[in-house]
Amino acid sequence: MSECHGCANCAGTAVAEAPRMAGTQTAVALVGPPNSGKTTLFNRLTGLRQKVANFPGVTVEQHSGIAELPDGRAVRIIDLPGLYSLSPRSEDEQIAYDVLTGHSRSVAKPQAILLVLDSTNLSRQLMLAAPILALNLPTLVILNLADDLQLRGGRVDAKALSAQLGAPVALVSARNGEGMSQVLDFLAGAMPKPHRVELPVLQDVPGCRKWAGAMGAKAGYLAPAPSKWTRRLDKVFLHPVLGPLVFLAVAVAVFQLIFSVASPLSDLMTDGFDASGNWIASLLPVSLFRSVLVDGVWKGLGSVLVFLPQILLLFLFIGILEDSGYLSRAAVIADRTMAHIGLQGKSFIPLLSAYGCAVPAIMATRTIENKRDRMATILIAPFMTCSARMPIYLLMIAAFIPQKNLLGGLLGMQSAVMLGLYVLGFLAAVMTAKLLKSTVLKSSRTPFLLEMPAYRWPASRSLGLRLYDRGMVFIKQAGTIILGVTIVVCLLMSFPLVHGSAPAIQNSLLGSIGHAMEPLIRPLGLNWKIGIAIITSLAARETTPATLGAIYGATGPHLQAALRQDLSLGAAIGLLVFFAFALQCTSTVAIVRRETGGWKWPILQFTYMGVLAYIGAFVAYHLIG
Amino acid sequence: MGRKNRGKKRAGIDKRAKAPQTETVLQLSGNYGLSSRLGTLVDLRRGEAGIVDRLDLPADDARRLMELGFLPGTRVTAGQSAPGGDPRVFQVDGSEIALRRETAKLLKIRRDRRN
Repeated sequence: MSECHGCANCAGTAVAEAPRMAGTQTAVALVGPPNSGKTTLFNRLTGLRQKVANFPGVTVEQHSGIAELPDGRAVRIIDLPGLYSLSPRSEDEQIAYDVLTGHSRSVAKPQAILLVLDSTNLSRQLMLAAPILALNLPTLVILNLADDLQLRGGRVDAKALSAQLGAPVALVSARNGEGMSQVLDFLAGAMPKPHRVELPVLQDVPGCRKWAGAMGAKAGYLAPAPSKWTRRLDKVFLHPVLGPLVFLAVAVAVFQLIFSVASPLSDLMTDGFDASGNWIASLLPVSLFRSVLVDGVWKGLGSVLVFLPQILLLFLFIGILEDSGYLSRAAVIADRTMAHIGLQGKSFIPLLSAYGCAVPAIMATRTIENKRDRMATILIAPFMTCSARMPIYLLMIAAFIPQKNLLGGLLGMQSAVMLGLYVLGFLAAVMTAKLLKSTVLKSSRTPFLLEMPAYRWPASRSLGLRLYDRGMVFIKQAGTIILGVTIVVCLLMSFPLVHGSAPAIQNSLLGSIGHAMEPLIRPLGLNWKIGIAIITSLAARETTPATLGAIYGATGPHLQAALRQDLSLGAAIGLLVFFAFALQCTSTVAIVRRETGGWKWPILQFTYMGVLAYIGAFVAYHLIG
Repeated sequence: MGRKNRGKKRAGIDKRAKAPQTETVLQLSGNYGLSSRLGTLVDLRRGEAGIVDRLDLPADDARRLMELGFLPGTRVTAGQSAPGGDPRVFQVDGSEIALRRETAKLLKIRRDRRN
C-alpha cells in the first residue's frame, strides 16, 4: 500500500520540495493525538480553503488548507494523521514522522508545528510533546477543549507550562473560537524555536509518562472532574438491556433515513433530470448532438447528482453520531457480532448503510481506524443488496415467479425470492469477509482498542464543512468517472448513424458488443439482449429495466411476457443471482478507487465479484434449468 | 458470562507466577491478605479496580496500550460493557478505553488494596 500511485502527485512533489523562496507560503503541520479536536481546529483555521492532501499510503485522506492571517498573509496548514507517539511503527506514524523530519516525498518539511492536545486529559496527552519538541522545530502547544476543562473544574497555568516546555502554550477552544487569536499571533509572528529543555528518553514510555505528569504538575494542572454527562449517558447507552435497544433504534433510523427520506429525494431528482432532459430535447432538432447532450451529458449529470441526497444525509447522521461520541459506543455494542466475521464494531454502520447504496457506505468506512478492517469493509459492502438492484429484481420476479402463498400464507413466493436475494448477498459478504480476514487482510493479532471520548454537543460548523467536503470529493472524484461512462455508453448506443440519427439499440455499437459477448453468457442461458442490458447496467444498475424495455420495445406486462419467451426460469434466476453478486456499478468502482488510493483494489473487487456472479448464475441455471 | 470460570482461571495464573512476584505477594500478604493476588483485567467486575502489573503482549502492542495509559503501576477501573461483557470499557489514566476480552486477558493486574 505504500507505493506511489499516480504520477501527478510526484509532479507536484518536485515543486513542493523546491527550497523555500521569498513569497513562498509558510507551511505549518498540525499534529495531535486522535480525539484531541485537531480536525475542529483545522476547520476553524482554514474554513472552506481546504483540499485533500496526497500522502502516499494514507488510506484515510488528510487535508491541507490555507489559514489567512489578520495581516492578509496566508499560511499553509498540513493536517497530519492522529498520533499517540512519534516512534514510527504504524503507517500513520511513519507518514507523520517523514513529513516532520523532511523525508516525505510528497510534502515539504513544515517550518513550524501546531501541537494540539486535549486539555481535559493533559497529563497523558503531554507525552506527545516530548518527541515533538525533540524535533527542534518552532512549536506552539495548543491546549484544546479549554471550555470543557473550565466547565468541569480543571485548570492549568499556560504560562508556567510554557516555561517548563520552552515553547509557547495557548489555551484554546477550537469549538467556540476562544483563544484562537493566540494561534494566529503565533503563525503571524517570528515563530521561535523551542528552548532546549530536558526531555525524557523517547523510547521509554513510563519515563515519558512520568515526565508529562511532572510537566503538568509544575504548571499547576488540575485534572477536571469526570464528565457527569458522559457517566450518565453511558449508563444508558452501554446498559446491558437499554444499550442494545438504543443501538437498534439508531440502526433503524439509518435505514429509515436512507429508504424513507433519501431514496424519495433521489427519485425526485431523477424525475427532475428526466423531465428537464426531455424538455431540452424538445427544443433541439433530432441530431447526434441532441442525443449525446440529453442522454449522455445531462442524464449522466443527473446520475451523479442523485447520489448527493444519500451521501449528505448519511454523512450528516454519521457526523452527528461521531462528533457526539456515540459512534464509539455503538461500535462497542456491535463489536461481538461483527467479530464473528472477522470484522469489528465500527464496520456495522457502513455495512448497514450499504443496503441503501454502497457509495456513501464506502465513504463512511473512514471512521474505521484499523486499515485492514476498513479495507475488508469496503470490499464486502457492495454485496449488500442496494436500492439500485431493486428495479431489476422487481421486474424479473414479477415476470418469472408466480404469486403463490408459502408457509400457510405467511410469505408470498415472490417475497420469498426477494428475501432470498437479500440473504444471498449477505452470505456472500460474510464469506468474503472471512476469506479476506484469514488471508490477505489478516489482522496480525493487533488488539482492538477503542477510546471512548467524552460526549460532546456536535458543532454545526464542523458538520457543515464535512458535508461540503464529502459532497465535493464525490462530485470531483467519482462524478467525473460516472459522467464519462454514461457518455461512452450513450455514444456506443448512437453509432453507427442511420440517416444521420441514432440507430435502434440492437443495431448500434452497443448491440454489436452484446452480440459479441453472447458466447460468453450463453452458458448462463442468456442471450445478446441481456448482454446489452448487463453492459448498460455498468453505468447505472437501476436503468436495466429501461434498457430491456428499449431492446424488446415493450414495457410492463408486455416486457415480462417477452422476457418469459426468451429466458428459461433457470436463466432468469441465474440473472438475479448474477445481479446479486456482480459489481455492476461504475460509481462503486470509482469510489473504491478514490478511497483505497489506486486501481488495485477496485479491479480485484470487480473481478472477484464478477467471477462469483458468473459461477452463481451458471450453477443456478444448471440446477433449475 | 465467564464469571463461573473466574476462580479456576486465577488459580492457573498464580501457579505460573514467577518467583519475584510470589515474593511480593508474600511480603504484602501480611498487610493486605489476599487482596494483592495476581489476575487479569478480565477478572475485574464493573466498578472494581486493579493495578496493572505487566502486559503479556508483543512489544509494539504493549507499547500502544502503555501510550493509552495501561502502564505497569497504573490503576484501572472496569466500566460498562457490551452485552455479554465483551468488549468492556476500562477507565485508565483519565480516559476510557474499550478492550476485547482477548486483549484484556493479556493484561495482568494485582488487586488494588483500596478496593
